[in-house]
Order: sequence, then structure tokens, then C-alpha cells
Amino acid sequence: MSDKDTTEEQQDAAVAVEETPAVDAPMERGEAGRRRLHEMWVAGTEERADVRHFTDEGAQELLGDEGPDVLAIQRGTVVEDDYEFDDSVDAEERQIINMGPQHPSTHGVLRLQIELEGETVRRVKPIIGYLHTGMEKTGETLTWLQGPTNVTRMDYLSPFHNELAFSLAVEKLLGVDIPERGQVIRILMTELNRVSSHLLWIATQGMDIGAISMMIYGWRERELVLDFFEKVTGLRMNHNYIRPGGVAADLPDGWEDDIEMLLRKVPEGVAEYREILDENPIFLDRTYGVGVITPAECRAYGVTGPAARASGIDFDLRKAFPYSGIDKYEFEVPLGKHGDVLDRYHVRIAEIDQSLGIVRQILETMPAGDYRTADRKVTPPPRKRIDESMEALIHHFKIFTSGFQVPAGEAWQSVESPRGELGVYVVSAGGARPWRVHVRGPSFAHVQALPVAMTDSLIADAVATLASLDPVLGDVDR
Amino acid sequence: MTGWETFLTAAIKVVLAFALLLNVTILVVWFERKVVADLQNRIGPDRAGPWGILQTVADGIKLLFKESVTPRKVEFGPYIAAPIAALIPALLIFLVVPIGRPFTLGDRVIDLSGMDLNIGLLYILALSSLAVYAVVLAGWSSGSKYPLLGAVRASAQMISYEAAMGLALVPLILFTGTTSLHQIVELQSGTYLNFIPAWNWILVPSFVIFFIAGFAETNRAPFDLVEAESEIVGGYHTEYSGFRFAMFFLAEYINIFNISAITVTLFLGGWNGPTFGLGAPFDWILPIVWFLAKTTALIFVFVWVRATLPRMRYDQLMSFGWKRLIPVSLLWIALSTVAIGLRRMPPSWWPFV
Repeated sequence: MSDKDTTEEQQDAAVAVEETPAVDAPMERGEAGRRRLHEMWVAGTEERADVRHFTDEGAQELLGDEGPDVLAIQRGTVVEDDYEFDDSVDAEERQIINMGPQHPSTHGVLRLQIELEGETVRRVKPIIGYLHTGMEKTGETLTWLQGPTNVTRMDYLSPFHNELAFSLAVEKLLGVDIPERGQVIRILMTELNRVSSHLLWIATQGMDIGAISMMIYGWRERELVLDFFEKVTGLRMNHNYIRPGGVAADLPDGWEDDIEMLLRKVPEGVAEYREILDENPIFLDRTYGVGVITPAECRAYGVTGPAARASGIDFDLRKAFPYSGIDKYEFEVPLGKHGDVLDRYHVRIAEIDQSLGIVRQILETMPAGDYRTADRKVTPPPRKRIDESMEALIHHFKIFTSGFQVPAGEAWQSVESPRGELGVYVVSAGGARPWRVHVRGPSFAHVQALPVAMTDSLIADAVATLASLDPVLGDVDR
Repeated sequence: MTGWETFLTAAIKVVLAFALLLNVTILVVWFERKVVADLQNRIGPDRAGPWGILQTVADGIKLLFKESVTPRKVEFGPYIAAPIAALIPALLIFLVVPIGRPFTLGDRVIDLSGMDLNIGLLYILALSSLAVYAVVLAGWSSGSKYPLLGAVRASAQMISYEAAMGLALVPLILFTGTTSLHQIVELQSGTYLNFIPAWNWILVPSFVIFFIAGFAETNRAPFDLVEAESEIVGGYHTEYSGFRFAMFFLAEYINIFNISAITVTLFLGGWNGPTFGLGAPFDWILPIVWFLAKTTALIFVFVWVRATLPRMRYDQLMSFGWKRLIPVSLLWIALSTVAIGLRRMPPSWWPFV
């Protein structure tokens, strides 16, 4: 079959789809029979349209009938960017290597296509999608209450922040007020989550520049924080604890002791890391002036969070657009100057201290009260009430079968995740399920800034830079 | 001794040295895993045998029975030769290292080393520079990019630090006037003031330079960028599996033992140590124990450094070698030459020495 025939057949098939009203109409004709029909949400409208999707299932290339040039780009064997070729260097001296997706230090399944001249990185092309699981699309099939279960798995190192952003966005549409204690518990958990995420970052950063013990040391303290998470939520990760309407459960008895233990042990551990790394000449050589991103580049590429603050951009959503009453607590926003790996290290270390400071203030001022809203349309009634009240039983039944209804509208809410600005955009058509869920992941922006930070450095620097931006591929691909 | 007797002793010694090296390697790997685990608040291997001491044996057997995958693009000859080329120099270097006091059997005096070469130091330098061939061959013949990068790094690194290593040994030869390891050890016997062992204390700078260069020669952290896992996956042995990989692994750990043993021999008194006047057979058992104990201490330093320090970058490694170690070695050679010259001056000069 020639290329032209295929194209014509596709056009025929497209016409056939338009004529066929049913989405599930089987397509019997040869090659086209294997192609699937997808419905897609059309941008700018509130409608879903039947869109023919040309993906051959299991095939690597997106369009089987493209020419070899286009295929080469799709397969990733040709790097296409605005790089200006330097004629003075013989092409024989360059080679393209694929770092990832099965590379030990790409933090999951990121693939970097790197053009090397000797050991020097000349071009970098990040290729994503190896962890794409369609979670945003999945979000449209889950009820509002099930939503946090989904978003918590996106940035799996800061699950509470995902849940918080989603819940706050939904609550904006619902217009419910969260009791004080519920809000404070949310802040407590998210700030502890920031600590655990930064601890893991120190661990992997150390590992990637060759300090193998740092990995275990970082995990040691992180595990203490995760133990607390497990005690509160039942799980170490993917908690589904912060939900629209409050949090899933009150803090367990004796949580103050656990927090006090954390406030004692985590700083001890951080002091140990600083002892190993701060003055270490090899560590300084490996990080000082490496992977620099200027403030202008941060703004251009949408780099946020500690990476932007290391460049000197004083932007923290907790200060700029406070959420859940975080403005009641005193904390500073640590800033760097140079935007290199070393500054990112210092900023994150300082942020651990600041977050622990917030946790300490919460420990001292935790208000009493309910941990979730009393609005029975949103939160299930207490178990006891179900036996006593018919109405409570109905509420309970409605929430867990069809889910609660959210008024039509759209809402955007962003929170300061350990990696940067994590935003959730939800559109409700008035039903029990979202019409659209979109997540603005900070790691996604960081990955697009990688070429800027890596170009003209050595391979070892590229690895250090990648680690210092702390991308979580679940957050990139969603 | 007759010719046959010489041959027989040599054969027995070679077999024993081989067996010792293989067993020691197993223990060194286990020792490293245990020590690193301890430094990292882990338990380490503890299932196979007492304290997990048989874990390395189990791993070795596993590697022996695994398939040796040969990628399609390899240059088969060099690809097969490389692991062998890595292992042979590692095994041969150990032959000149005396591990204990010579003992007498009947009327024969038997050295506890494979052979007492009068060019022992040169032999060591020659063989350790052969090790780079294995890495370069492996990296080039694998037909893959990461191994190639590892091989390029290795050749630059090992040749640079070879120079520092050789220069560090010059003052030793100047002071001792010999290149035979046996004589160097014997010169370090006895004590100063009855309690300070008469090791080559004056050669401490040489010791430091030699030991640092030894880290680079064995591709150990913080100079392990030849096989830097987080950068170039596995380096030169990325494409090796099964027993071919095991041979590289074996060579690496034998080299660690070798470097430690040679450092002990040259600078830390070799097998010398108090025997507490216990008489035979402790006269020759205790020196072996002393030798192994000192070597273990240095291996511990290897492991300790690996668990602590980050890895250097390629350009930093080269500038450290060429701009720090080698100038310091040259300066130290000049100083020792002057010192030796002054010592030969008439006694009226001695106050100035």
C-alpha cells in the first residue's frame, strides 16, 4: 500500500466517522480497523467531539505514513531545535547519546538526548512521556471525592500538595468553609511533606554527585516523617488524606509527641548532612557555578519554587497568594544569589528549617474543633449519626454512590509545592464529576529549562543540574 | 637448592598466592559491604553464612552461571580479551609482595612471596600500567557509547596518576637505595627508642601521594568516574555480564588489596611487627598477621572514603593530578635529593641538616 493510498483511506474513514453518529462504531476496513476512536474535549468549547486518533496501538511512531525525516524526529534520532551549528567543529567529534529512560540518574523515566563533543554537552533535548498515564483524563471519570486519590499520585513525592491544590480548587467552586483545625492540619501535613521531599532531594542529589551515603542518610530522616504520615493517614505515600471539605481524619492521639520527636531528630540529621557536604571541597567544586539559571531564564521558562528562589527571585506562593491561612505563621523565604546547584542546596536546607519552624508554631497553637466541614452535602456524617438519622444515612449513601454535586464553573488554585508552583484547574459542568482537570506541574517547567542549564557543561555537571532541579516524572507526564 | 626444588617451591607459592588472592577478594568484598552498611546505618549482608560472610561466594556462583550476553556490535576478540587482561596484571603484581618473614624448612630458606625481584618496584609500576589496557579495550570493543566514554576517561586518568605514583616512589628509592621489596621491608625492621616502629616515617609525603594515586589507579571513589554509575551507567563494563563482568569485578578488588599491600610494604613496615618473643611457629605466623592487619586497615580507608566523599569531575580530577600531585611530588623529590646530599656532607655540616 503506497503512502498516498493510506492517506486517502484515512480521509475516507474520517468522512465515515462524521457520518456515523455512534462513537463506538466499529471500523472494519483493514488497517483502519485497528485504529481506535477517541472522544476529545475541544478547546474553547464545552463539548466533547469525536476525534479520530491515528495511533497504531503498540507502534512507536505516531503516524505510520510519515516520511523518514518526520519519523526520525518522532523516534528521537534527530534533534530539532534552534541550535546554531558550529562549523568549526568536525561532526566526527560529536556524538549523540541517550541518557535514559533507563539511566540510573534520570529520576524515573526522563530521557535526555545529549549531543556531546568529547565530554562536553552541546545540545540537550528532554524527551518526556514515558510515564504518561493519562491521569488528567482519568480525573474526568472520577467523582470529586475520588479526585484526590488520582492527583496524589501525580507528584508522588509531595502528595499532600497535590491533594491540597485540588481540594482548594473544588472548595472554591463549592463555596464551603473549612474549620480552622482542618486548615491547620492541612498546613501541618503540607509543610512536613515539604520537609520529606527536600530530604529526599538531598539524598538523591548526593547520590548523583557520587556521595553514596547521602542517599541513605537522607532517607533515614525522611522515613521518620513518613512514619508520621503513615500514622495519620495510613499510608506512606499517596495518602488521599486532604479531601474536598477538610481532611479524612483527625490527627491521632499523641501526635504532639511525634511532632516533637520530628522537630528534634530532623534538624539533627540535617546538621549531619551539612557537616558532610557544606565544607567538602569536592562537593563545592561539583556544585559551585554549575547549572546556572538566571532570573530572566527562570521567568522565561516558568521555573518556580526553590530553583527560582536560588536565582534570587523572591516569589513564594505562601507569601504572594496565601492559602489555608498559612499567612498566620511566621517564616522567611530563603533566597540564593547565583542560581547554581550550590544555591539550590542552600535554599532547600533553609526551607527545611523554615518549614519545621511553621510546624513548631502549629504544635503550639493547634486550635480545637472539627477537622472537616459540617456541610453534610460534602462530607459524610459521623458513623454514629447514620444509625440515628435517616437523613444522615441518605447523605452518606449519596456521597459514596453518586458523589456530591459541584456547581458549574471553573476554578484555579495553586500552592507552593516543594518543587514550585503546583496549580490545579478544574472545570465543573455541574455534575458529580469534573468536566476537566488540569494540573500545572512545576517539574514540567523545570524539564523544559534543562537545556538552558545544561548546555556547554560536562556530563557530570548535567547530572548534578538535573538532580538539583528535582523533577518528578509523575508530575511531568501526568 | 636444586633446580627441581626451586621449581617446586615456586609452583607451590604461585598456587598459594593465587588461592590467597581469590579468598582475600571474597573477604574484601564482604568487608566493604559490611563496613559501608555500617557507615550508612544498614545491616548489610547477613543471610549467607555467619555474618553473611558467604554472600560474595553466592554472588560469584550466581555470576558464573549467568548468561554472558554478547551485544551484536562488539569487536569480539578484544571484547573477550579485556576481562582477562584486567585480571592477569592484578594477579601478577601480588607475586613480588612479601607477606611474611622468610622461614627455614630444613636447610632451605623460603621467602613468603612469589619471587624476590631486585626490580620489584619497577615491576609493580610496569604491571599496574598494563591495567589500563583492559579498560580501554573493554570500552572500545563494546561498540557502545557509555563504555567508550568510560574508556576515554580511564586512559587519561590512569596515565596521569601513573606519573604521580611513579614520582612518589623516587624518594623511596633514593632513601633506601633499592627497588627490591624484600630489602625495603627489612630496612624498616627494628624500632626507634624501643617503641616507635622504624617505618619509613620520613617518606610520609610519598606515602600520601602514593596512596592518593592508588585510589585513582584502582578507580575507587572519589576517583571512580571511570565507572561512575550516575553519569555513564557502568562505564567500561556496561556491556559485560556473567562471568566476564565478574572478572572485572575480581580484578578491581584484587587491585584494592594489592595497592593496600604494596603501600604497607613500602611505607608501613610490611610484615614487621612485635612477635613478643614467642618463638616458633609464632615467629613467622605473627608477621603474616601483622601484614594482613595493616592491609585491612588501609582497605578500611578505601571503603571509608568511598562512603563519605562525592565523586570528582573529570576536569577537576585531571587538574588535581597534574597541578597538585605531580608538582608536589617533584618538589618532594628535590627536597629529598637535597637532604640526601647534605647527609653525605662531612660532619661539620651536620648541624645544618
